[in-house]
Amino acid sequence: MDIIVLLKQVPSTESIIQIAEDGRSVKTGDVNWVINPYDEFAVEEALRIREKQGGTVTLVSVGTAKAVEAIRTALAMGADKAVLVNDPATAACDGLGIARILSTVIQTLPFDLIIAGQRAVDDENFLVGAAVAEFLNIPFMSLVIKQEISEGKIQCHRTIEGGTALVESPLPALFTTQRGLNEPRYASLPGVMKAKKKPLETRTLADLGLEAPASRVRVVAMKLPEKRKAAKIIDAATPRAKAAELVRILHEEAKAI
Amino acid sequence: MSQDILAVAEYADGVFRKVSFEVLSQGRRMADTLGGKLVAVVLGEGVQDAANQLAAYGADNILVAEHAELKNYLTENHTRVVAEIIRKASPAFVLMGATTQGKDLGAALSARLDAPLATDCISLRFDNKSLTITRPMYGGKVLADVVMESSPGIITLRPNAFAVAAASGAGRIESWPVALDTPRTFCLGRQMEAAGRIELTEADVVVSGGRGMGGNDFSVLETLASEMGGAVGASRSAVDEGWRPVSDQVGQTGKVVSPNVYIACGISGAIQHFAGMQTSKVIVAINKDPEAPIFSKADFGIVGNLFEIVPMITEEIKKLKGN
Ligand SMILES: Cc1cc2nc3c(=O)[nH]c(=O)nc-3n(C[C@H](O)[C@H](O)[C@H](O)COP(=O)(O)OP(=O)(O)OC[C@H]3O[C@@H](n4cnc5c(N)ncnc54)[C@H](O)[C@@H]3O)c2cc1C
Ligand SMILES: Nc1ncnc2c1ncn2[C@@H]1O[C@H](COP(=O)(O)O)[C@@H](O)[C@H]1O
Repeated sequence: MDIIVLLKQVPSTESIIQIAEDGRSVKTGDVNWVINPYDEFAVEEALRIREKQGGTVTLVSVGTAKAVEAIRTALAMGADKAVLVNDPATAACDGLGIARILSTVIQTLPFDLIIAGQRAVDDENFLVGAAVAEFLNIPFMSLVIKQEISEGKIQCHRTIEGGTALVESPLPALFTTQRGLNEPRYASLPGVMKAKKKPLETRTLADLGLEAPASRVRVVAMKLPEKRKAAKIIDAATPRAKAAELVRILHEEAKAI
Repeated sequence: MSQDILAVAEYADGVFRKVSFEVLSQGRRMADTLGGKLVAVVLGEGVQDAANQLAAYGADNILVAEHAELKNYLTENHTRVVAEIIRKASPAFVLMGATTQGKDLGAALSARLDAPLATDCISLRFDNKSLTITRPMYGGKVLADVVMESSPGIITLRPNAFAVAAASGAGRIESWPVALDTPRTFCLGRQMEAAGRIELTEADVVVSGGRGMGGNDFSVLETLASEMGGAVGASRSAVDEGWRPVSDQVGQTGKVVSPNVYIACGISGAIQHFAGMQTSKVIVAINKDPEAPIFSKADFGIVGNLFEIVPMITEEIKKLKGN
């Protein structure tokens, strides 16, 4: 089973995000970069499938030279090899543009299965997985918490409102991850050593015969959400009086209930 | 391109999801601004009778796509049908709820039609007929204004973020002929949690518990939630402890909720938790630690033991309702 994982490097969820001078991007200087958490689930699931069925796990990423760190981490977890598209022209791409580039790379690789994150926790587009599946014309299943593969077919348990749906498709297919799928392993020390020698190819758009895809969605401004003020701490003599005062405020002042 | 708005309503288990009415209402406002029609789309099996409800939110036309294979959502089938409708109707914008279905369908449509997508949007504004869309990024740490460079623009709306408004539309029902090629994907079944549960993302009130619950007995929260007509959520710690299912998790790697009232019980207020509930209208925190970070982000706080306070809140709500 040849598995491709779409992997993006993003600011860690603990990072404090500040807006850059241009007013429509974020400052990246002090940010701590990590593998997108949903892509970490994807790497883990790919490794588990390979452990059962044999095969290869290839990482494909569009990013800057910095993204090599995230790729090496995933190689240290156990992935076999990686392709990084590093080209300044990709900075202006929207999700569809990134998906076109990823699809072009994937078309040069053998694959039975592609796993992506449901969303990247920076742009939160929920788009790239679906778009890669569409461009490659393969079945797509999102928000998967459990999967089984047998005889050229995959069954995915997908999260839906209030439950799960079981969907079956032939391979090759692409699915995206949901929390609950697995607990990603940590990279071991020997893993980290081995990762240094694993193949990592870097390509530019010209290498792929592509021009930067036009962007259909443009960020024109970014702002920080209004800071919530510290809570009004409800002060009263007894717990009972505090509870009563809260309900009164919610009803009479906030008119929320 | 027309100036019409296409609004995809979501019908599940015999009812429209609440967000469908939010989507229709927002669609009506946009159609009025642009001077176009509001066209509602309903897909499913046995949806014909329910479809006319959508006129009450201002739908001029209602396209009904009836087919047994559309009963359970499948990206493949829904995308095929809605893409055909969009090609024919050529709307300026296509709206749907940012549900698990809407986010999936929106993305697939965007790729199929090479159309711009903005997902999980929290506000939309027109400036001289050009639309600016606000959507959270970086787990809600940033609000981005985005514009679309081509049409149709596909927009999914965060549940509970847009007002519902009654409006009378002509509601002309037309059936849309459904032709599905040999499909590749099949829905083999669904497993639903207890019936009658209010979906977390649609609830007006969410009462969440964290590590401070100390175990899997969430009954004090369940009683309060049911008294307030709400749903119970959880922090990731409570999920990791195995006290609650993953589907209850609120936060950056869980669900995003925007209820009228969010009550955080025994939750410290980590940035990843906040990402999932910060657009709630009123946030209440109950925590025994006066220094807990949640108090710097909530609207109202009670310092105390949740096992003592929460049942008392339930009783006070009962009293209020009794009056
Ligand atoms: C990549 C990543 C993604 C994450 N995603 C999420 C996410 O989606 N959602 C999420 O919630 N977290 C997420 N987290 C985890 C997050 O960082 C916190 O660890 C988590 O939210 C803490 O949960 P908690 O507040 O329940 O527990 P704690 O931080 O342990 O807080 C428990 C609180 O309960 C209070 N308490 C204890 N007993 C009582 C009592 N009897 N009465 C009243 N108060 C009491 C304590 O004072 C304390 O403040 C993520 C972390 C990472 C790294
Ligand atoms: N630049 C990228 N490189 C590789 N994979 C990506 C990239 N951007 C997005 N993806 C993949 O697509 C998923 C969804 O991302 P998004 O549509 O940006 O929310 C991510 O979890 C990744 O698996």
